[in-house]
Amino acid sequence: MRFAVIQFGGSNCDRDVAYVLNEVCGVDTDLVWYKEGLSPVHDAVILPGGFSYGDYLRAGAIAARTRVMDDVRRLAGRGGLVLGICNGAQILAESGLVPGVFTVNAYPKFICRHALLRVEKGKTPFTLLYQEGEVVRIPIAHREGRYIPPAEGGARKAVTARVAFRFCDEKGEVTPQSNPNGSHENITGVLSAGGNVLAMMPHPERASEEILGSSDGRRVFDSMILFLEKNS
Amino acid sequence: MPEFLVRITISLKEGVLDPEASLIRRALENLGFPTSDLRTSRQFLIRFGAADRQDAGNRAKAMCERLLANPVIHRYEIEVMQ
Repeated sequence: MRFAVIQFGGSNCDRDVAYVLNEVCGVDTDLVWYKEGLSPVHDAVILPGGFSYGDYLRAGAIAARTRVMDDVRRLAGRGGLVLGICNGAQILAESGLVPGVFTVNAYPKFICRHALLRVEKGKTPFTLLYQEGEVVRIPIAHREGRYIPPAEGGARKAVTARVAFRFCDEKGEVTPQSNPNGSHENITGVLSAGGNVLAMMPHPERASEEILGSSDGRRVFDSMILFLEKNS
Repeated sequence: MPEFLVRITISLKEGVLDPEASLIRRALENLGFPTSDLRTSRQFLIRFGAADRQDAGNRAKAMCERLLANPVIHRYEIEVMQ
C-alpha cells in the first residue's frame, strides 16, 4: 500500500501530512511534485492545504486545472482514495470531483482555531473508525471555506446524502452559532458520488497526536488505511 | 488573424452572499456614504487573435467556462470591444 501527497507551488501542509502518514500511521508515503505526476503504485492520494498559486483567481482554481489532476481523476476512477484537505478541498471542488464550491467566509477574514465536527456518515473509506454522530475536534485554518452546494434541484439534493462532516456544538447540535464560516447547512466535508473522494476544510493532520491537543483527526488516515487493507 | 480586445466581467449570481461587498458597503457608510446596494465584480481585459468577432466571443465564452468563472456561484458577461 502506498500513499502520495501532491505538492503544488504554495502547498504548505504537504510535509505535515506526509509526516503523519509515514511516522504516526506507518504507511509508506511519497511527496510528489505536481509536475512528476502520480505513479500506478499509489492507492491513495492527499491534496494538502496551503495556498497553491497564491490563491490567485479563486482558491484552488489554477491547481485544479493542472495535468496531475488527470492522474487524480484516473486514480478516483479506478476506486483509489482521494482526500483533499483545506486548499486540497478547494481544488477538488474546483475540479468537479466533489460538488459545490468553497468560497470566502461569511465574515471575510482568516479563521484559525479548533472546530467541533459531527461525523455525518460513518461507513465511508474516510470515516470507518468513527461512530456516526460522534463529535470530534479538528482545527480549521482558512479564509475561503464557506461551502456552497450546486444550485437548487437534483444536484443540491444529492449533496445532502454525501455530507461527511458538519460543524456542530459540544452536544453535536448543528446550529448557526457553531458554524464558523457560514457554510451551507454547516457542511465542511463532502464526498463524491462514489464515496472514494472526500473534500474537507478541517485539517486532520493537525490533530493526529495528543501532544497537539487532539488526535481525533488521525482516524481519517487510519480509516483510509483500513479500507485499503480490507479491499486489497 | 485579426486581434480582438475582449472585456470579460465575472460577478456573483443573484442571491449568492458577497461578504466583501457588505463589508465595503459598511465602510462607505462609516465615511458618510449610505448606499442601498453594492456589488463587486472582476474584470478581465484580454487581447487575442480570432477569425472574427463571433469566434472571439466563442473563445472568450470557453475561457469563462473552463477557468475564469465557477459556474456554481458566478455569472459572466462578454464584450468584444474591437
